[in-house]
Amino acid sequence: MKRPFRSLYLALIYLFLYIPIGTLIVYSFNNAVFSMLWHGFTLNWYAQVLQDSNLWIAVWHSLYLAISATTTALFIGTLAAISLYRYQFRGKNMLQGLLFVIIITPDIVMGIALLILFSLSGLSLGFWSLYIAHVTFCIPFVVVIVYSRAKSIDPNIFAAASDLGASELQTFWHIIVPILLPALISGALLCFALSFDDIVISYFVSGPGFEILPIKIFSLARLGVNVELNALCSLLFGLTLILVCLSQWVTRQKKT
Amino acid sequence: MTNKFQYFSVGLITTWLCIFGLLSFLVMVVMSFLQHDPDHIALWHFTLQNYEDLFNPIFFKIFLKSFYIAFMVTAACLLLGYPFAYIISRLPERLQNTALLLLLLPFWTSSIVRTYAMMSILKTKGLLNTALLSMGIIHEPLQLLFTNTAVGIGLIYNLLPFMILPIYVNLERFDISLIEAAKDLGAKYTTIFRKVIIPLSVPGIVGGCTLVFLPAMTLFFISDLLGGAKALLLGNLIEDQFLMANNWPRGAATSVLLTVIMAIGLLIYWFKSNKRINYEAAI
Repeated sequence: MKRPFRSLYLALIYLFLYIPIGTLIVYSFNNAVFSMLWHGFTLNWYAQVLQDSNLWIAVWHSLYLAISATTTALFIGTLAAISLYRYQFRGKNMLQGLLFVIIITPDIVMGIALLILFSLSGLSLGFWSLYIAHVTFCIPFVVVIVYSRAKSIDPNIFAAASDLGASELQTFWHIIVPILLPALISGALLCFALSFDDIVISYFVSGPGFEILPIKIFSLARLGVNVELNALCSLLFGLTLILVCLSQWVTRQKKT
Repeated sequence: MTNKFQYFSVGLITTWLCIFGLLSFLVMVVMSFLQHDPDHIALWHFTLQNYEDLFNPIFFKIFLKSFYIAFMVTAACLLLGYPFAYIISRLPERLQNTALLLLLLPFWTSSIVRTYAMMSILKTKGLLNTALLSMGIIHEPLQLLFTNTAVGIGLIYNLLPFMILPIYVNLERFDISLIEAAKDLGAKYTTIFRKVIIPLSVPGIVGGCTLVFLPAMTLFFISDLLGGAKALLLGNLIEDQFLMANNWPRGAATSVLLTVIMAIGLLIYWFKSNKRINYEAAI
């Protein structure tokens, strides 16, 4: 393949990926409700979004859920990754297999499996069901990210620490955690994004009492394209951009 | 202390995953063998009816349709994604990272947002129709939204990176001297591509196809938003059984079937890559 042809091909694929989102953002500033023609710049739709209290409740629920699920998944996943790295124990292969299977299981299967489990155990659908589901699908990603960073640790460090009289807990806090910090941050960002964006699993395990943003957007989008939704989705894309820049910045820090 | 720390952390994750991963899955399998009862979740009565139901013409048709759409979407992703992955893998390293970041950026945002964005492109007064009309290519707006084509485009839009990434990872580790050797031996570029590059990237291709094919059957919200017909994908069928028809055992049976399809895909991947699946390669 010739070079100009290659660049053209890349450009076309990128256009395919970016045109829909670009259009969404541009038209969120368009002063017309239905038309695709340009009727002048407006911030009305953003003002509407900001005033829609139902929407803000859903945003708050989503944030609250994402932060709690991320914290828990980070805690469980990091401990697990360190154990997988440092110790040999019975059932280690089974645990790794289980983590792998959870990563590749189609979301819908996990969603309904949890729905059945929750209904049979009498847990009503709401915050807790969502929280458990989100922690469950986040854990494997934390383990994979933290584990691959942990593998780069020189094992002699542990011998040195225990020679100097450090307890296991001291080794954990003063040696392992600081080394793993970049992995912990990128793990946390990934969990947050996964949890904040999840729709398929949440769709099955959420209840009417605790509405979260993706489900809210889904039900609004079912009614058709509307300008307020354009503004909201553009805001979300902006948030994503910030998160990605943040994680890039963290990785850059790691290298220096 | 060593033991306490180890027991605590291993115990914690094992308990969590066994209850919410393994147990929930087993409960689903059990559910798929129970009898449907409109007043309760299910009757405690063993039956194979739910699996027989899946071969009932109505459901079987949905399967075939869903398979067909997933197949077309996978093929389209492969055709679009392979050259893309190949070109990127041959760029200088700095550019590679930028190219990948640009590829993944839209995918950090919610898939529901992306699907919604696609809606506003495809609708009757959307960007595509407006552009085609003003260029004089068409004279009446095309009905794009609420068609199977729209669902296909939406799925491709959402799943393309899942095809590109495994192939890219595969091609990026590719030993360039193999190509030089083939050139030295007088192979033409097309021959090199057919006989060297493609066969060696089979693990990536199989991995990508598995990652695209499964979601292409299950992402029900894409066909809910972009498609017209009611139950188009296997995912819609499951959604309906749980939330509309309230036939949980049948929905569970459909999910079990889906899991079996996934297992088959994995086995193929396993044999094709000729080694145990690399733990780090999981994502």
